[in-house]
Amino acid sequence: MSEHLGGPHGSQVGLGTAENIGDGSSGEGAAQPAHFAFDEASEAEIASILTKYPPSRKASGVLPLLYVVQGQMRRQTGSAWVPRVAMDVVAARLEVPPIRVYEVATFYLMFNTNPIGRHHLQVCGTTPCWLRGSEEVTRACRDETGIKGWRQTSDDGMFTMSEVECLGACVNAPILQVDDDYYEDLDYDRTVALLQALRRGEKPQPGSVIGRITSAPEGGPTTLNTIPIAGE
Amino acid sequence: MLADQDRIFTNLYGQHDWTLEGARARGDWDGTAAIIARGRDAIIEEMKASGLRGRGGAGFPTGMKWSFMPKQAPPDGRPSYLVINADESEPGTCKDRDILRHDPHKLIEGCLIASFAMGASACYIYVRGEYYNEARNLQAAVDQAYEANLVGKNAAGSGYDFELYVHRGAGAYICGEETALLESLEGKKGMPRLKPPFPAAVGLYGCPTTVNNVETIAVVPAILRRGGAWFSALGRPKNAGTKIFCISGHVNKPCNVEEELGIPLRELIDRYAGGVRGGWDNLLAVIPGGSSVPLIPKDICDTVLMDFDSLRDVKSGLGTAGVIVMDKSTDVIRAIDRLAQFYKHESCGQCTPCREGTGWMMRVMHRMVQGRAEIEEIDTLEKVTKQVEGHTICALGDAAAWPIQGLIRHFRPVMEERIAQYKAARAPRPMPMAAE
Repeated sequence: MSEHLGGPHGSQVGLGTAENIGDGSSGEGAAQPAHFAFDEASEAEIASILTKYPPSRKASGVLPLLYVVQGQMRRQTGSAWVPRVAMDVVAARLEVPPIRVYEVATFYLMFNTNPIGRHHLQVCGTTPCWLRGSEEVTRACRDETGIKGWRQTSDDGMFTMSEVECLGACVNAPILQVDDDYYEDLDYDRTVALLQALRRGEKPQPGSVIGRITSAPEGGPTTLNTIPIAGE
Repeated sequence: MLADQDRIFTNLYGQHDWTLEGARARGDWDGTAAIIARGRDAIIEEMKASGLRGRGGAGFPTGMKWSFMPKQAPPDGRPSYLVINADESEPGTCKDRDILRHDPHKLIEGCLIASFAMGASACYIYVRGEYYNEARNLQAAVDQAYEANLVGKNAAGSGYDFELYVHRGAGAYICGEETALLESLEGKKGMPRLKPPFPAAVGLYGCPTTVNNVETIAVVPAILRRGGAWFSALGRPKNAGTKIFCISGHVNKPCNVEEELGIPLRELIDRYAGGVRGGWDNLLAVIPGGSSVPLIPKDICDTVLMDFDSLRDVKSGLGTAGVIVMDKSTDVIRAIDRLAQFYKHESCGQCTPCREGTGWMMRVMHRMVQGRAEIEEIDTLEKVTKQVEGHTICALGDAAAWPIQGLIRHFRPVMEERIAQYKAARAPRPMPMAAE
C-alpha cells in the first residue's frame, strides 16, 4: 500500500503544518497525520449541519462531519480522506465515544480511511453497467493510469481507482464517477479522453459524454414533447 | 400510450427550469394551503382512493401506511417524523435521481402535505451519498422553499409549522432498508432493526416515523390536485397510476420514461427504448424490477404486463421498475454472478444466514460461471438460497436469493451445459503408449 502513497501527498500544501502529513514511505501508519483541527470553512459548515438535528441527537452529525473532514483534507492536501485523529476530533465534537465514529467511518464505502490520489476514479461494475461495457471502462482506466488493481493509486499520485457498486444512473451506463461527478455513456476511447483531460487539469462537463439529454433516449425525448410550459 | 397531459413528471429530463420559478410554472405549489385545509383524514382518504402503492419496491398501499401513524401526539410529547428514502441504489434503478435533480419541488411539496397528513412536524430526506450533485440541487430547492415561506413556520400559508432537512448517506446499499436508514440517520452503522416495534410506533430517535420513497411522495400533490379518481383510472385495478420505468442494458436507446402501470413489457421496450439490440427475437431475458427480483425469459417477456400483480404471477416482481434487458450475447450466469457479488458486498453482516450465505452463494456462482462444479451442486445452491431467504432481519437476504433462484428456474440447462463443457475440456486423455 505505502508505495502508492509516497511522494505526491507529502509534497502537497500541508495540513496547516507540512509535517502533519507524513511522507507515507514507512508503512501505512506513517501516512497518518499527528493531529487534525477544523479550519474556518469547516467550522461554518459544521455550525449549519448541527442545526438540522435535535440538540440531544448530535450523533446524527457523524456522517456529515466525516464529509467535512474529507472535504477539508481535499482542500488542504489534495487527497480526500479521513485520518484517524480526525475521527477523534469528530467524536469529541459530537460527544460520542471514538469507536462510534471509527465504526461508521469504516462501514461506509465513501469514507476513505487511507490517502487517495487527486482524482478518485470509481468504476461501476454492477450488472447494468457490465452489460453496457464497464469492463472497457476499467481497461481504459488501467491503461491510462498504469494502476494494476482496485484501491490503488497511480505512481504520480494523480488517480486512485476503485470498483463501486451500482451508482444509480443505469440508463446512462456505463458510468465512471470521478470525485463527485458522474461521467456517463462511456466506452474505451471516451474514458481515455476523459482521463487525459483530467491529467491536463481540465474538468470536462459531467453527464453524458455523447451529448444525450440526461436520461432521455439518444436522439431526444419521445415523450413530454407536447407539454406547454407556461413562461417558457 | 399515456398522454403527456397525464404525466406527472413533466421535467423528467431536466429540459426546463428546476428551481422554484420553473416548478411554479409547471403547476407545483399551486393552492397547497387549500389542500392542507381539507384536513388530515380527507387527505388520507383521497390517497387511499387513488390506489397509490409505494414506489420503493414493496408496493405497500401508501394511504394505509400513513394511517398507521398515531392520530394524537403521544402523551410523552414525542414528535412524529416523515423520512424520505432517497437512497436509490437498487441496480437498474435511476428514477429518484431525476426527481431530485429535475423536479425537487414536487418532492418538497409532497413532503409538506404528507407530513401534515401524518402529524409529522419535521421531515428528513436521506439522499444516497453518491448523488452529490442531486443533493445539491435538492438543498438549493429546499432553501428556495424556505425563502418563499413554503416550508418552515406557517408553511405555504397553511398554519402548519414544518421543518425539512436534507441528509446524505455515504455509500451503503443496505441503508435503503427503512430501519437501516433510520439507524444511519441517527449516525450509526446501517444495520436493520428487528421489527416490531415498527417505525410508525418507534422510528427515528424513538419517535413515530413513516419512511416513504421519493417517487411515492413526489406524486402526492398531483393526486390531491387532480383527484384520487384520476390517478386510479390510470393503470390497472389494484395497480393504479403512472410509474417511472428505467430501461437499461441491451436496448438500442436506454432511457427513463413515465408510463401507466400495466403497460406490456414488449411495448415499453419497443416504443420507448428503441427495441432490443438486434430485434425482439434476440432477447434472452429481462430483470423487470431491479436486481432483487428474479429474471424472466423471453417467452414470458412476450406477453407480461408491467405491474405489481402481473409480475408476481410470473414469480418475479415490479420492484422499483428498473428494467434490465439482456440479449442473446449475454452470459446470463455471469450476469447473475455479478449480482451475487453485489449482495455479498452490501450485506451488513448482522445476520448469519446473509453474512455467510451471500459469500457462499457468490463463491459457488463464480464456479458456475466457469462450469467448475458438479451438476448436483445446482440443487445444493438452490437449497442454500432457500435457507437464506426468510431467515434474516431484513429483505437483503431474500434479495440475494431471488436472482439465483430465477436463474436456476429458467436457465438450469445452460448451467448444466456449462458444467458439461468444463468437464469435457478437462476429461482425462487416454494414456499415451510409449512407442515400441
